[in-house]
Amino acid sequence: MTGSLLSIENLSIGFTGLNDQPIFIVRDVNLTLAAGETLGLVGESGCGKSSLLLAMMGYYKQGLGRLRGGIAYDGQDPGLVSSQQLQALRGGGMALIPQNAGQALTPTLRIKAQMVEVLRLHSDLAPGAWHARCLALFERVKLPDPEEMLERYPHELSGGQQQRVAIAMALAGEPDLLLLDEPTTGLDVTTQVGVLSLLQEICRDLNTAMVYVSHDIQVISQVCNQIAIMYAGEIVEMGPRADLLNQPVHPYTQGLLASIPRLDQQTLPHPIAGEMLQPVHRGSNVGCGYAGRCALATDQCREIAPLAQPIADRWVKCHEVTAARAGEFIRPAQKLLAPNLSDSELLAVEDLSVRYQAPTWLQSLRGQQPPAIVRAVSFGIRKGEIKGLVGESGSGKSTILKTIAGLQPSLSGRITLSGTDDLAGPVESRPRRCLRKVQLVFQNPDASLNPRKTTGEILRRPLELYFDLGPGVMDEEVDALLQRVNLPESYKGRFPGQLSGGEKQRVAIARALAAKPELILCDEITSALDVSVQAAILKLLLDLRADSGVSLLFVSHDLAVVETLCDSVLVLEGGEVREAGSCAEVFKNPQHAYTQALLASVL
Amino acid sequence: MLRLITRRLIFAVVTLWVVSIVVFSAIELLPGDACQAFLGQMAQGKRLENCRVEHDLNAPAYARYSKWAIGLASGDLGKSIKRSKPLEEIIGPRFRNTVILGLTAALVGIPLAIVLGALAALYRDRRADLWISFIAIFCMTVPEFIIGTLLISFFSVWLGWLPGIVIMRADAPLLDVLSKIVLPVMTLTLVMVAHIMRMVRTSMIDVLASDFVMMSQLKGVSRLRQVVMHALPNALLPTINLIALNIAWLMGGVLVVEVVFNYPGIGRLSVNAISDRDFPLVQAIALLMASLYVALNLIADLLALVLNPKLRTRGAKV
Amino acid sequence: MSSAPAMLKGVMATRSGKIGVVLVGFHLLLALMSPWLVPYDFAAQTALVDHAGPSLAHWAGLDTLGRDVLTRTMLGGREALLVTIFGTGLAVVWGSFFGVLAGYLGGRIDELIMRSVDIFLAIPWMIFLLLVIASFGNAPIVMILTLGFFYGIGVVRMARAATLEVVVKDYVLAAKARGESPLSIMMTEILPNVRDVLMVESAMRWSWMLLAFSALSFLGFGVTPPTPDWGLMIANSRIYLALAPWPVLMPMIALSSLIIGINLTADALAKSLGVDKTTRALV
Repeated sequence: MTGSLLSIENLSIGFTGLNDQPIFIVRDVNLTLAAGETLGLVGESGCGKSSLLLAMMGYYKQGLGRLRGGIAYDGQDPGLVSSQQLQALRGGGMALIPQNAGQALTPTLRIKAQMVEVLRLHSDLAPGAWHARCLALFERVKLPDPEEMLERYPHELSGGQQQRVAIAMALAGEPDLLLLDEPTTGLDVTTQVGVLSLLQEICRDLNTAMVYVSHDIQVISQVCNQIAIMYAGEIVEMGPRADLLNQPVHPYTQGLLASIPRLDQQTLPHPIAGEMLQPVHRGSNVGCGYAGRCALATDQCREIAPLAQPIADRWVKCHEVTAARAGEFIRPAQKLLAPNLSDSELLAVEDLSVRYQAPTWLQSLRGQQPPAIVRAVSFGIRKGEIKGLVGESGSGKSTILKTIAGLQPSLSGRITLSGTDDLAGPVESRPRRCLRKVQLVFQNPDASLNPRKTTGEILRRPLELYFDLGPGVMDEEVDALLQRVNLPESYKGRFPGQLSGGEKQRVAIARALAAKPELILCDEITSALDVSVQAAILKLLLDLRADSGVSLLFVSHDLAVVETLCDSVLVLEGGEVREAGSCAEVFKNPQHAYTQALLASVL
Repeated sequence: MLRLITRRLIFAVVTLWVVSIVVFSAIELLPGDACQAFLGQMAQGKRLENCRVEHDLNAPAYARYSKWAIGLASGDLGKSIKRSKPLEEIIGPRFRNTVILGLTAALVGIPLAIVLGALAALYRDRRADLWISFIAIFCMTVPEFIIGTLLISFFSVWLGWLPGIVIMRADAPLLDVLSKIVLPVMTLTLVMVAHIMRMVRTSMIDVLASDFVMMSQLKGVSRLRQVVMHALPNALLPTINLIALNIAWLMGGVLVVEVVFNYPGIGRLSVNAISDRDFPLVQAIALLMASLYVALNLIADLLALVLNPKLRTRGAKV
Repeated sequence: MSSAPAMLKGVMATRSGKIGVVLVGFHLLLALMSPWLVPYDFAAQTALVDHAGPSLAHWAGLDTLGRDVLTRTMLGGREALLVTIFGTGLAVVWGSFFGVLAGYLGGRIDELIMRSVDIFLAIPWMIFLLLVIASFGNAPIVMILTLGFFYGIGVVRMARAATLEVVVKDYVLAAKARGESPLSIMMTEILPNVRDVLMVESAMRWSWMLLAFSALSFLGFGVTPPTPDWGLMIANSRIYLALAPWPVLMPMIALSSLIIGINLTADALAKSLGVDKTTRALV
């Protein structure tokens, strides 16, 4: 293994569960990284990618540890060196750029103190030179006004600035290896583009090796030359970027790529059926970890774990390589053309303005007004239409949704449903008949279901509230609802804690459907889900619309998702409408500069 | 920031004002007036009338309240029914003694509690933590009068090192007081340390699991520096107010400790005053203790303001 | 999600939880049964031999007045338990009511409730307790009402904090958007989710109220002699500690074991319910 900067052999990470049975988070991972090389680790949540990354620094989260295998950085195993050597290694030899820089910076220390901490530990500079070095680093990461930045506290920086500080801090120790843990997740798309181009630049100029962990293969492909696909704790396929993206071999890689919604595609994203194997089951599983979800799985796959086999420049862990390369098992559906919508308008929003706070007495005394979050927004939704509402954080898209739902009072403007029902008032002032027609689904399925109620109870509640049903009919109705969102009837007795993220979101959708609504308001309902699950939810929404003709108002920051799902779209910036029109028009031929900028940021 | 401070100050004053009303009206609501309560069986005829005249009890309640409140604002606490000396002279030295007792316990206890809490969090679920937490539970759950009694029997009866009960005049010089308060301070400290230590431990465990402490570790920062520079300040910030509130709540315990050790402070004075049914004295003490509480919380509020960059700096939200 | 037997099972899963449950159970049983179990009349004096140490006739010896210490210890927790169990119940009920109300409604009502709480916290509760008892006597109902009132103030703060964590959850918002009434939201969405925290905190508060009650009786305000009570027994006999330890040690052990038992149970309960992150501040 000479010449490699980092090599990992048969590494397994996890903990010892009941009966001394090992629980694997990461299982038998092998990889090597040469100096200056950039490797992207891609996988869905729970696949063990972050644990693997942190293990490279000799760090294990509470309760986890190395079960077997070896790590060598520059010939040293970070798990075996003395604590002084380990401290020198961390931040000096290799440095981490964390996922959420806002939380990774100590809130009580000024930026300067946190920068200097690294310089003192990992550079030979005299204390007098620290300040200048900090300024140089800040200029390197293109932070505006470096002098000023040094004196600030973390909370006084924007999200993008915090991330740049974290990058500067990682570079301060002049490491040979940068470890990046989803550094752009949580940033707005336009900010993300800036950070990614900075990272590309750093790679090129400093020739630093990188391991970049992300759930987003498109982000990885911007920065990394090598890509490794992780699934259920194992690397299932690894190879050069172009090979892997253009001719994926492993059925999971193919499935993952097919599930990603893209702007320029004529087909719908194709979901992967089933769920990832949970860590508890990874130990007892003797076969391929993906066998349970794989369309090509044979008995061999279920009984014998596949070994890595080389194919040209890459290797794949799969028994059915030939069948997989034929690639016949994924047949994505064609995107449906927008159905012929009736002209009758379901919802009309006219001149809507919203602000969060009423003016305080001091403000009203001075004649000041607190700023409005939403300003003079007008749009309409027709029966059976799916309308997208896109924009970055702070654009007011969720606020509009909450106002229509009656959870946020409006300042001025009119909202009318079916031409007659007035939705301008808050929930309390609306008649029940009116409430039933508009239902809301939330972004985070973990928080939108009461953990103390079973699925059955959750679905029964709207039925009790809006309809007068007998107990027998009620049960039938609940079963029918579960069936409509493709969940088995047996799920009635389960608590939300016993469901996966995708399943919870299906229950949340079923709860909305229970009211037989005319309009469902969807607040980023797929953004907390993995792409393979997201694809299934998108398909479900399209099916529901086709079946029942319900209208959807779909808020999202993801343009590709909106393009896949929606008939028409509204682009928001700073609480104002920048552009509106049918999806085809707006995405093919954006008129407003902001829409163009947004589209240019899509990877 | 300045607005925040003014707001806190105004609220402190309002609190004291409302407390004074509550204290006054509570005593009004008790059966009988102050003279009847004090005189008990002998509360009749001339004697009662004299007492009422002397203490101005025939005036309507609002008039007596405003007189009392105006007196308080100018430092006149009122007149005791039983004792002939002005209340300031009775309460003054005893109040000082109680403050000395509480302050010494706080000065010893708070740093100790922070260190122990941090240690327990660092060694969470390991032997050091289990021992610290076990002893803390013991100190929290065993009443002050039992701890006090045990300490007396150990240090003064068995070892004979320290005086068991405090024998001194209320207005003894400061040095005299300090030399005699070892055991009472120890009792108070044990209870206080136990409570504060548990709060610090919980808060510290949260902070130790935070991204920024992990990040400092992955920057190669030494364990000591991680704890002292990155974790501890952030663990203490949310506990400052909580500590103040709890110290104030524990002031109820001071009363018991003073009785156990026969210590001449306002705690013991208040018990005596209540036994004597000397309501004006009780009133004055209650208000004094409320002021102590308000002052303590005000200090904690201001401390939290000063130490928390999120409140102190630009863009701070009120 | 968890029923009472399931909760007990969770508590019993740890060793300290087992010890706690056994201690608390023992004391509750003893309090119920002791009138039929005690060997002597609690007020009967054996005048000849005061301060006698343990003997076959008097296992824990006699006190200053020549009364049987074992008898008095066995009976000495009954009033304390009666007052604190009902007092804690009262405190938790009214405290959680206002706490959940303040946390859920927010705005002016929250402000009003919490400012009142701040003001009531400033009142020296111990002095007030003594004053009330001195004026109205120490009948259990008086003690229950006053202790319940003062301990409920802390519960308001705690219940509000727990509620604030729940109200921001989307399922509460979902219920609001659905058109549920505030009462229904508080009862079905919020209460079940703050229940665990409330239970653990109530257990802790029970032990603190026991501390307060015993302090009151130590000061001579708790029970009227010759009713046996641990705090009063300690107060009366502690000056003779060097001479005759039994009359002090027995109630000490009884009181401490009960309070430690409650705390161990509460800790184990917190751990098994997964709410051991609560700060458990006194107020």
